[in-house]
Amino acid sequence: MSRTRSGPFVGTWTMLRFALRRDRIILPAWVIGLVAMVSFSVAATKDLYPDAQSRIEASDAINATAALVALYGKVYDPTSLGALSLIKMTAFGAALISVVFVFLIVRHTRTEEESGRLELLVSGVVGRSAPLAAALLYALLGSAALGLLTAAGLLAVGLPAAGSAAFGLAWALSALVFGVAAGVAAQLTVSHRGAIGLGLAAIALAYTLRAVGDLADGDPGWLSWLSPIGWSQQIRPFAGDRWWVSALPLIATAILVPVAFALRSRRDLGSGLIPDRLGPATGRIDGLVGLTVRLQRAMLVAWLAAAVVMGFVLGSVAENVSGLLDSPQMRQYLELLGGKQMIVDAFLAAEVSIFGIIVGGYAIASVARLRAEESSGHADLVLSTATTRMRWALSDFGFALLATGLVLIAGGAAIGLGHGVSVGDPVGQVARMTSAAVAHIPAAWVMAALVLALFGWLPRAVPGAWGLLAVFVVLGEFGSLWKLADWVLGLSPFAHSPTLPGEQVAAGSLIGLLVVGAAIAALGLVGWRRRDLAG
Amino acid sequence: MTDVITLTGVVKRFGPVTALDGLDLTVRQGEVHAFLGPNGAGKTTTLRVLLGLLHAQAGSMDVLGMDPWRQTAALHRRLAYVPGDVSLWPNLSGGEVIDLLGRLRGGVDPRRRDEFIERFDLDPRKKGRSYSKGNRQKVALIAALASDVELYVLDEPTSGLDPIMESTFRESVRELRADGRTVLLSSHILSEAEALCDRVSIIRDGRIVESGTLAELRHLTRTSVTATIERGADGLADLPGVHDLVMEDGRVTAQVESDAMPGFVAALAGSGVLTLESHPPTLEDLFLQHYARS
Repeated sequence: MSRTRSGPFVGTWTMLRFALRRDRIILPAWVIGLVAMVSFSVAATKDLYPDAQSRIEASDAINATAALVALYGKVYDPTSLGALSLIKMTAFGAALISVVFVFLIVRHTRTEEESGRLELLVSGVVGRSAPLAAALLYALLGSAALGLLTAAGLLAVGLPAAGSAAFGLAWALSALVFGVAAGVAAQLTVSHRGAIGLGLAAIALAYTLRAVGDLADGDPGWLSWLSPIGWSQQIRPFAGDRWWVSALPLIATAILVPVAFALRSRRDLGSGLIPDRLGPATGRIDGLVGLTVRLQRAMLVAWLAAAVVMGFVLGSVAENVSGLLDSPQMRQYLELLGGKQMIVDAFLAAEVSIFGIIVGGYAIASVARLRAEESSGHADLVLSTATTRMRWALSDFGFALLATGLVLIAGGAAIGLGHGVSVGDPVGQVARMTSAAVAHIPAAWVMAALVLALFGWLPRAVPGAWGLLAVFVVLGEFGSLWKLADWVLGLSPFAHSPTLPGEQVAAGSLIGLLVVGAAIAALGLVGWRRRDLAG
Repeated sequence: MTDVITLTGVVKRFGPVTALDGLDLTVRQGEVHAFLGPNGAGKTTTLRVLLGLLHAQAGSMDVLGMDPWRQTAALHRRLAYVPGDVSLWPNLSGGEVIDLLGRLRGGVDPRRRDEFIERFDLDPRKKGRSYSKGNRQKVALIAALASDVELYVLDEPTSGLDPIMESTFRESVRELRADGRTVLLSSHILSEAEALCDRVSIIRDGRIVESGTLAELRHLTRTSVTATIERGADGLADLPGVHDLVMEDGRVTAQVESDAMPGFVAALAGSGVLTLESHPPTLEDLFLQHYARS
């Protein structure tokens, strides 16, 4: 080898090859899944709009519906088949792949460091910055592969070459920016959980910024230009293909990479930027429930804070959405649909539904602590005391149920408050939106129960609950587009949550969710009772 | 004397791997019992089975008069366990963990707790993630030793301790025994078992190959004898139970089975013994002998 054998970057290639080898299943699985999802959704949509006229009508309807604009963004060229059929995939898809990349990059940085495995490697011939460099290169290679395959997939289903390339680029750059941001987050926190939390918070913030920015009349407001997901949208694939916008994520990456390395060189292996403080010499944790609360409270507080802030922001823009619909024809069309109130309600209902799914993710993370406690060996300590397995599992599960309910209620109340302040009816709106959010609790509880069932029977498959959530989201978004049978759509618990406000509550489906959830949870407990503790 | 732990014919399989293959183990009340075997012999699996953390496929188990799988929590109220690889919550301090485990076992005696923290020289304010392996082990040990129970199950308790802490540990175990409590400790450090234990059980490939007091085990093995004699002793090599006999310049070395000892000494006496040294087998010898037999 001609390169020098010392210095902080020695071993980067070895580490990169090692990372790619470890992910030889998971990375291709995600990339192929995402490419298949985007290609299928185009294939399914394109026959729906055979001519320009039908596309313009559909695009106008989307652009005029604030809830859809906030969720997905605008169709910037109403005549373009690509722009219309990929509207759900542009911002939403960029956020989804960014989440995947945050998980992947943290997995190869902070998780390795926290577990002590990295120490084994760094004590060998691997330089101090090599693991980080390898993870960032991994983000670059992974996002490039994703972008290329996405472009190829879109080309294969018959979309124009330039737009396909622009769309692939938009996705790849979003994945790259958040992958690199995750590399920065991994330098800040001591736990991988904290790093993932920071990464996901950044994505949620970026998504919210562009949601609010996109609601501006005509061109998106400046908030959208602060968001990497907004940049992906503003490349405008199939609607002008504005290549120059891709300079923004590249500049952001060029800034974040040196920041990550600077942070890395400023800290010791295994530590974060903030040094550990000493804890109390005697404990006040008074038992099992106290332990659960102690271990879970940080995550709960973070989720509550995020739910309240995002709920308030999204709630306060709801009233503005009717301002988008100023043309006389539009107003006529709206009256037909049920008036302005109806549109605002539809927007609020969409917000609450999405929020319900996100909190389903919190339910998963919270119950999955059981498995983390088991595989880390902490459960050995607790379960060798007078604590029974049932009480141990129910303590975390019960906490997860309560906390899930609390986050939904807080978020619903915040949406109501944001909306209520702008329409001058805070109390009434808080009550209305809180009860709307409460109706989404059962579905989130079913997700919690599914994790418990996996934990009881297939403990190593507990992370698969995230895959289930992804499947349910895809079913909800694209199931009807793909003309899937009703029973398939009904597999998702979220399909049984009512659309509130605006719909009659079907108590039957909510009770059904609770019964199914209870049965799944009981099944999980039976499995947990009879299986071995596993590492 | 009653038995605190009785395992009979315990079988534990993990998929195709048989970890315990008809294991029998008896631990008597008030004794310090060493459970010896190399890595992978099934020590930790045995301990986890008798704690009810793992479910054995076959065999009968009685720990403190209870079935560990069915009466797990009631059993755990009367014992304390220190895992071999102690993993602490990264954001809880050592003091918090000690108190938590004590409370989950049914209460802590603050005086005893402080005494052990002092003796083991632990800083209880540090967070779990900043402890070294030895200090993590101390946290679990202090939590166990400070609890008032009948049985202590310790999985390689000294593997991360320095020599000073090791002697503190031995002292603590002797105090437990003096109090009439029972200690089962697994180890692959033979000197520890030799210094500390009343009885030992040796495990190999998931089976107990030898069990008894050190004296009993030694009885089964050969003593190494070195002597200087005045004149040649014919026929020494022909005595039954005498092995590896070497005679050189009036110096005799041999390995002698316990039963053959009287005859061997008598034969030496007939040759005019000048010096005589005999070394009982160390645990090391016992151990190697059992493992060499495969």
